[in-house]
Amino acid sequence: MKEGFWREMGLSDDEYELIKEILQREPNEVELGMFGVMWSEHCSYKNSKNVLKQFPTTGPQVLQGPGENAGVVDIGDGQAVAFKLESHNHPSAIEPYQGAATGVGGIVRDIFTMGARPIASLNSLRFGSLKSKKTRYLFKGVVAGIAGYGNCMGIPTVAGEVYFHPSYEENCLVNAMCVGFMKHEDLAKGLATGPGNPVFLAGARTGRDGIHGATFASEEISEATEERRPTVQAGDPFMEKLLLEACLEVLKTGYVLGMQDLGAAGLTSSSCEMASRAGTGIEMDVAKVPCREEGMTPYEILLSESQERMLFVVQKGKEEEVRAIFEKWDLEVTIVGQVTADGLMTIKEGAEIVAQIPAQALTELCPRYDRETQEPEYLAQAQGYDLGALPEMEDYGKVLLTLLGTPTIASKEWVFNQFDYQGGTNTVVPPGSDAAVLRVKGYNKGIALTVDGNSRYVYLDPYRGGQIAVAEAARNLVCAGAQPLALTDCLNFGNPEKPEIFWQFKEAVAGMSEACRQLETPVVGGNVSFYNETKGEAIYPTPVVGMVGLVEDLAQVTTLGFKQEEDLIILLGQNKDELGASTYLSVIHGLEAGKSPEIDLELEKQVQQATLELIKMGLALSAHDCSEGGLAVALAECCLAGKMGAEIALTENIRPSSILFGESQSRIIISIHKSKIDTVLQHLKKLQVPSKVLGSVGGEVLSIAGSGWKVKVELAEMEEKYWRAIPCLMKG
Amino acid sequence: MKFGIVVFPGSHGQTDCHYVFEQILQEPVTYLWHAEEDLQGVDCVIIPGGYAYGNYLRAGAIARFAPLMEQVIAFGKKGGLILGICNGFQILTEAGLLPGALIRNPSLRFQCQNTYLRVEQTETPFTNLCEQKEVVKMPIAHEEGGFVTDKETLERLEKEGRVILRYCNEQGEVTPESNPNGSLHNIAGIVNEQGNILGMMPHPERYVEAILGGEDGKKIFNSLVAWWQGGAGR
Repeated sequence: MKEGFWREMGLSDDEYELIKEILQREPNEVELGMFGVMWSEHCSYKNSKNVLKQFPTTGPQVLQGPGENAGVVDIGDGQAVAFKLESHNHPSAIEPYQGAATGVGGIVRDIFTMGARPIASLNSLRFGSLKSKKTRYLFKGVVAGIAGYGNCMGIPTVAGEVYFHPSYEENCLVNAMCVGFMKHEDLAKGLATGPGNPVFLAGARTGRDGIHGATFASEEISEATEERRPTVQAGDPFMEKLLLEACLEVLKTGYVLGMQDLGAAGLTSSSCEMASRAGTGIEMDVAKVPCREEGMTPYEILLSESQERMLFVVQKGKEEEVRAIFEKWDLEVTIVGQVTADGLMTIKEGAEIVAQIPAQALTELCPRYDRETQEPEYLAQAQGYDLGALPEMEDYGKVLLTLLGTPTIASKEWVFNQFDYQGGTNTVVPPGSDAAVLRVKGYNKGIALTVDGNSRYVYLDPYRGGQIAVAEAARNLVCAGAQPLALTDCLNFGNPEKPEIFWQFKEAVAGMSEACRQLETPVVGGNVSFYNETKGEAIYPTPVVGMVGLVEDLAQVTTLGFKQEEDLIILLGQNKDELGASTYLSVIHGLEAGKSPEIDLELEKQVQQATLELIKMGLALSAHDCSEGGLAVALAECCLAGKMGAEIALTENIRPSSILFGESQSRIIISIHKSKIDTVLQHLKKLQVPSKVLGSVGGEVLSIAGSGWKVKVELAEMEEKYWRAIPCLMKG
Repeated sequence: MKFGIVVFPGSHGQTDCHYVFEQILQEPVTYLWHAEEDLQGVDCVIIPGGYAYGNYLRAGAIARFAPLMEQVIAFGKKGGLILGICNGFQILTEAGLLPGALIRNPSLRFQCQNTYLRVEQTETPFTNLCEQKEVVKMPIAHEEGGFVTDKETLERLEKEGRVILRYCNEQGEVTPESNPNGSLHNIAGIVNEQGNILGMMPHPERYVEAILGGEDGKKIFNSLVAWWQGGAGR
């Protein structure tokens, strides 16, 4: 082996020394390749694990926390949902359609591996400016890829979010989430138990695609990355659909003792993780692995990231029963090895041993790093920007229309109309509201789903930004009438070896953890994506939160749109003079500055609880949280969804730009029937939640009056901006 | 009335249809596995939506060769009731039970949206509970839904009253704007010459409960049951 070969595998000199120490000898090339992928950040979380320990991960609702293929929470009646969010950023930046498609494929496999039937997908996407041709190409390809895979599988894509910001110009983010439904007793795990039991490999054949994908995901994007296009895998959703049906059917037999899909690092990771979790070993013969092409080496077979493959351990003696199920679904299934008691990964090619490593050496013994941290220089200056000196605008109606036509705020109908969001006939609230709601057939209950993350808040204050990401996700679920249960996260950051980036990461996770504790929404799974950088420029730090909530009674399902004329509009929470980190500053003044909005988690919780109570009492007829674009945009969205205007009067002595477009947290707009006003106000008083009547629903105009100023915008004008913005840009 | 739902590898609308027959209509229903050759004595065959065989090659092109399809074709030719929804419509055209073809939407994108449909004929097994020219609402979800055929066939379809459903606006006007997928003459659903086989791109099975947005889809299924009870089944 040539000197320094380990560096090409992404291993440091120290790590190479450690490997020699563990093995008590020099590793061969195959072994080094296995260490390379397993000890990559993508598989090992070596840079993040110590930080992630801060997350609360337990609660009475948690049936499965982090560490398995997906987290699982209880939804009552012996039922549960499995869910997880995962990134596929680098592949999508290189080959948008296949990158995004296989991102969906990977997360869907994680869900049915747990024994759950996938019932919904979500996604969180970040791109550069839609004015750039490159961004339009990536955006179009990514959306089509998600649609192509999810629609073919028959899994409805029910919610998502898209932000456009220059920091993602070369490094788009594609985070895909899948949610599955199961009964408690269906919970399956990735354990290789029982020495002597056969290990099966099923699904697609193994090809040369995606070799070292995990390593590629653990480095920055550079000009050389274009050459990585062949490492992006191609997806076959039809194959995955067959695999899904066969796996769920075979799990029902009870003959399968453990199952794990082949994702990053392919056969290597799935086999050693299953063995490591169970404290066993696996002996495998790569010559038995069905290959797509001839002459594949053990190294290639072990590291291939070909999609739509599944590894599982079967009770000895039940091989034929299991085989019959896969054959019914026209799938290839092969015994490639067996579980052993020696704790070793023994890889053979025919009779010859080509690699032998203790399973735990590849997983548990990977070194963990506490990276250096340093507050970035930009921060003090950006936070200290004197926003008070900014001039007030002349026409705030025009500003409102501009914001409604900004792609990040404008309707994402162009995106979600490409998703088959109604398949499965459970979608009660389709995309476009604060959260999607799916019913549970045969019960009067449902689950609410959302995915959220505002990276500008994190950029300007990672701790607060982290808190807000969690709080906003919970708020969105509450607005749909759901009690938040738990979350999965995808933490997208730059290069963790840079102290400034690691500082952002650490602070954001600390903020998220604090919010999780306060709002009682533990983290049950997730994914870290580092090295989101191009030519040394990092993306904005982007933690994304995917959250699941329970709707106890489907009659409580609430949406954002105003419902009827003369209803009264009430704001829960407080308007403050906070313009920092707002979309208004970015879009109108070209400023990414100021302090991120404050968040008081105690108040947040009160506002959420009060909203949910009013919904449960049947008093809140609509609910919508204030987020990007502030109060004015939130009111406009309520009007647009309800196709009716509103008349609002604001009494606070706050300058118009701040009160209209500031993004103060913990605010929810509800509408109520006018006859219920006393009941509602009394109730809010009892709960000691700050609130005020803003105005009433009606007419064809949204008018907002303050002291000495007034904004008046026609509903039709808002519609034109809001619905047409993205389709118009995509025609360009 | 016994319904049978065909399941190909890659179909996924079967569970939605099964739920409708079992829970909403409360009629007997069974799955029909593609590899078998027995229609199990069903009174109506449903070919559901989805991606049979991944829609590889061309939507429906492989599905028509499944062993079960021979039985389905024979059943249809004898006058048996067949409803093909979305991918099922595509398969019926590939199998030669219905004329024409479904081509890619002019947007070149998958489109999931609600559409309004005008019921053009009510003397059919599928629409007898609808009013003439009634406007119903149902969702579409497809990438290849543009109905095309040659001029002569199109004329025949119109002349023989075999266009059953047409995309329209909320007022029932058939306009270019209300045509979501470039279908000729805004065609959303057609029947064969005998009138016992309907292919339609919209999804009635997804619109059978108020909680999902509307119940117009039920009219199609209830019509089938009414037709059966009114004579065909005796």
